[in-house]
Amino acid sequence: MCRFAVIRLAAAALLAASATAAFAATADDFKTAFAKTEAANKAAAALKNQWTTTADALKAARAAAAAGKFDEAVKDAQQAEALANASIAQAKEQAAAWQQAVIH
Amino acid sequence: MLIAVAAAALGAQAARAAGTVDPQADFKAFRAYFTKRFPNVPLNDFVNGPYSMDAGLRKQWIEIDAFPPYQFALDKGKQMFETPFPNGKTYADCFPNKGIGIRQNYPYFDAKSGEVITLDVALNQCRQRNGQPPLDYTKDDMAALTAYMAYTSRGKPFDIKIPDDPRALAAYQKGEEYFYTRRGQLNFSCASCHVQSAGEHIRTEVLAPALGLVAALPIYRSEWGGMGTTSRRLTSCNSQVRAVPLKPEDEQYRDVEYYLSYMSNGLPISGPGARP
Repeated sequence: MCRFAVIRLAAAALLAASATAAFAATADDFKTAFAKTEAANKAAAALKNQWTTTADALKAARAAAAAGKFDEAVKDAQQAEALANASIAQAKEQAAAWQQAVIH
Repeated sequence: MLIAVAAAALGAQAARAAGTVDPQADFKAFRAYFTKRFPNVPLNDFVNGPYSMDAGLRKQWIEIDAFPPYQFALDKGKQMFETPFPNGKTYADCFPNKGIGIRQNYPYFDAKSGEVITLDVALNQCRQRNGQPPLDYTKDDMAALTAYMAYTSRGKPFDIKIPDDPRALAAYQKGEEYFYTRRGQLNFSCASCHVQSAGEHIRTEVLAPALGLVAALPIYRSEWGGMGTTSRRLTSCNSQVRAVPLKPEDEQYRDVEYYLSYMSNGLPISGPGARP
């Protein structure tokens, strides 16, 4: 009975380790995510509509990558990309929508 | 509904593209909006920003103004203005009327460069013509110089011209666009605070109306613990709504100052000001 319990525990630990290994981000994953984020951020800059929160998330992503925490770095880079894309969408929408607010 | 809104927006754009931008009509509508919304505020009092909106704040301001917090900047600005450059010339040599009592004419549209020139930019152009490095548009020296020049213009009505030049009209229109465009993660435009929410509170502050907003610049802000130029005010507003600020005196900032100053035509210069 005790032996079975140990085997079960060992199997569970092995599964957990495998799962972690399967989902752990690598430096390459970060580079891929960061490249997409930088492209989106450059597009936002071209529209003169960057958000400070995008810059904050990018900074956090770089710091996490420098510390070897690639899971965190990828997550921050993806967050920055989402923010950059939202700022692009805002700029495109406002290109016409601002006129609705003008005092007439 | 969405189609109708999109069609209306496209229609408005097309109308503007066709050259129907009418600064005078905008001016009348802008003034009518604020005077109707705040019927008890005398027209010239709009230049006093939040103090024209809130009696309690006004009492505090009157007390504060007995010993104006911008006085040190004013003294420094006067000294800087009168101190000759190494070549013997002074700022006075760069400006009409020797730089005294001219704040109400800035910004202006410069036909030669095709751009809007603010007082701050004109001061740095003067320095460069006299072999001096430009001053930082957001720092104390620029605030001191503009404070002194505003002080010599107190009470003089804004007199901003939009010459018969399509480039000037385009600059005006870009300024108007900047003013009404939402930006930053908080999705605020300048108008969100200074038109739609003028006179209301944002946390403990009373939001100043856009009418007369630029008349008090530069300002001493208690929140900053020091003086602030127009550039500092604009970059700080951008940061507060979580938008990355533009470069100080960026073309868009100069255009929005042009637009807002034109909207304040006829209102007296009240700078330098003091704000909470």
